[in-house]
Amino acid sequence: MPSLPFSEWDGKVSEIKKKIQSVIPGGAWNPLYDTSHLPPEHSDVVIVGGGVLGLSVAYWLKRLEKQRGAIKVLVVERDHTYSQASTVLSVGGIRQQFSLPENIQLSLFSVEFLRNINEYLAVVDDPPLDLQFNPSGYLFLASEKGAATMENNVKVQSLIKEEHVPPGQQGLPKAMLALCPSMGFDSGAVGLENEGWFDPWSLLQGLRRKVQSMGVLFCQGEVTRFVSSSDRMETPSGEEVILKKIHEVHVKVDHSQEYQPVECAIVVNTAGAWSGQIAELAGIGKGPPGTLQGTKLPVEPRKRYVYLWHCPQGPGLEAPLLADPSGAYFRRDGLGNNYLGGCSPTAEEEPDPGNLEVDHDFFQDKVWPLLAQRVPAFETLKVKSAWAGYYDYNTFDQNGVVGPHPLVVNMYFATGFSGHGLQQAPAVGRAVAEMVLEGHFQTIDLSPFLFSRFYLGEKAQEHCII
Amino acid sequence: SLRLAAPVWNWGTGSIRGLSRAVDPEGIQRKGRTLFQFLADRFYDVAAVREYLLRKQVLKVHQKNRSFTYIKERYGPNLFDPQLPGYPANPVFLSRFQDKEWMRSSGRGLSFLEFWEFRAVPIEAVDASGCAINYQGLDHLLALKELQSLSLRCCPHVDDWCLSRLHQLADSLQELSLAGCPRISERGLACLHHLWNLRRLDISHLPAVSNPGLTQILVEEMLPNCEVLGAGWAQGLKLGLEEQSQDTASSPIPA
Repeated sequence: MPSLPFSEWDGKVSEIKKKIQSVIPGGAWNPLYDTSHLPPEHSDVVIVGGGVLGLSVAYWLKRLEKQRGAIKVLVVERDHTYSQASTVLSVGGIRQQFSLPENIQLSLFSVEFLRNINEYLAVVDDPPLDLQFNPSGYLFLASEKGAATMENNVKVQSLIKEEHVPPGQQGLPKAMLALCPSMGFDSGAVGLENEGWFDPWSLLQGLRRKVQSMGVLFCQGEVTRFVSSSDRMETPSGEEVILKKIHEVHVKVDHSQEYQPVECAIVVNTAGAWSGQIAELAGIGKGPPGTLQGTKLPVEPRKRYVYLWHCPQGPGLEAPLLADPSGAYFRRDGLGNNYLGGCSPTAEEEPDPGNLEVDHDFFQDKVWPLLAQRVPAFETLKVKSAWAGYYDYNTFDQNGVVGPHPLVVNMYFATGFSGHGLQQAPAVGRAVAEMVLEGHFQTIDLSPFLFSRFYLGEKAQEHCII
Repeated sequence: SLRLAAPVWNWGTGSIRGLSRAVDPEGIQRKGRTLFQFLADRFYDVAAVREYLLRKQVLKVHQKNRSFTYIKERYGPNLFDPQLPGYPANPVFLSRFQDKEWMRSSGRGLSFLEFWEFRAVPIEAVDASGCAINYQGLDHLLALKELQSLSLRCCPHVDDWCLSRLHQLADSLQELSLAGCPRISERGLACLHHLWNLRRLDISHLPAVSNPGLTQILVEEMLPNCEVLGAGWAQGLKLGLEEQSQDTASSPIPA
């Protein structure tokens, strides 16, 4: 019996449909081989590093662009599980208690961003974001030597926050004094509003979701090479300067030798702890030491441990994030008398940043004695778990690097925040976007954080670093 | 006694509906939206219209909470502006001046004159239940340095961030009610420890609190001089319903 003429067509119709869909404009049809897993061939801005800073820059670039869809942004992230990213391994604190006015302003804007996060990052039809913010504040204790500096810092902070501290209330509020009667501290500073801690993972997911809905492309791959062209220019004093411009970024795909050269106009370096390596790839620091060509980006990974312990008699619901002058800090985690904390090691005790293994002896020898001295209830505690994360540590002055490089003119930095990057990410993202789109900082002037300070030797030192 | 003859009907029925609307404001509208959603997934212009409507909703709340700094500067903080946040549409705001009865501001002209008479008298108690007050709108309340009793029951936009601002009222505030606010969680309750003068605190019916029984114990430990009304140890449903019917029966309408 002859088969019906159209019986074989069932499977073929769908195949033909697929072929037609891929050929019409908008479809990615490459007749030679499939390139859907590779990043696009052209992109206006390539952001190296998809952590909270990279996503924040992408968000503000798309938000501040003059015309909808004017700028094509590509975010290149090596590890989509974020297993080593500083963002998600962070303790998640946010504070305005800094000594530099720029840091205070950055933090103030970021906290306003977090407070109104569902207006900034609203995506139609998606549930609202819950950052799990604990507004419990930061309590910085001062040693005798540090008390005067702390007082100065508090004055600077209240000027910027436009707060008026009534004359009778110069000391700590009553409630803080009653916190731990045997803590025995003389002076300290506490932030009552707009300070606390939150969940960095939800911020990252919220940014990712919003940024994808705004049309930013994501790519899982590693940047292996920058191809740049150079120009010889002369300074007014007759010195010759070579200016470089990156016009291609080679993005290598995971577990393969395949790479895609992405033509780009601007590269933003937000690679966190690995920003130094990316800067070296771009040729920053290749020159005789002491010159601008020879000034490297002084950002390197530093390993920091965070321990989670249980202490049944520990401080209750009212405990803020306490930072001791010795460098130890802790905060409450949840309702079950669990606490998170750690301590910054001294220069001699710096652990090897090659891996993220935890050193439990560090807790026994260094962190526990400091904690028990400050809070006697912590003499009996049990460590439940611990993890390690990287600080993108700026060895020059522990403050961020923001803005373009003077010689590689289209590479912008937003890195080196040494432990307070997460809390300044929204504001820094906006600053970088303003720099890229307008050419100068508009809302917060971050000129003290430009790259040129490394060559000129002008430190923007921050005193309140945990 | 000083009372304004404001319409009572929308307060009585409004409170029950107001509670359910506060908890799930989008559920009712979800069914009608499917066609719109379908179109929005396929056409950029429809998606843009949806985004615009979403932004407008948010702006409405901001508009209600805008601060009238020129009134504050001229007449001092005690003069309440009649256009304070209202929900649903009429600004309904109760305040009690020192030793006087409750007064409600509803509508513009009448209450402005009434409040004008009392502009020097400090306000003792404010009942902002059901109002669309948010972080910005709290500016109005925090200027009242003699406030002793504050009720923020069933306010849909009061969240943990707002609670962290209440420390400015620590010297005078004795009574605080946060029952039924859908956005308050135990993280915000943790910063109530600044209110050292607090004698009565109502934290019942907070849907966002993950562990009501444990939270109540911890809050009681945190505020030893304060009587904390919460979900109770047993958290029985029966107990909750009884409390709710008692509350609607004793809504603060002057007899």
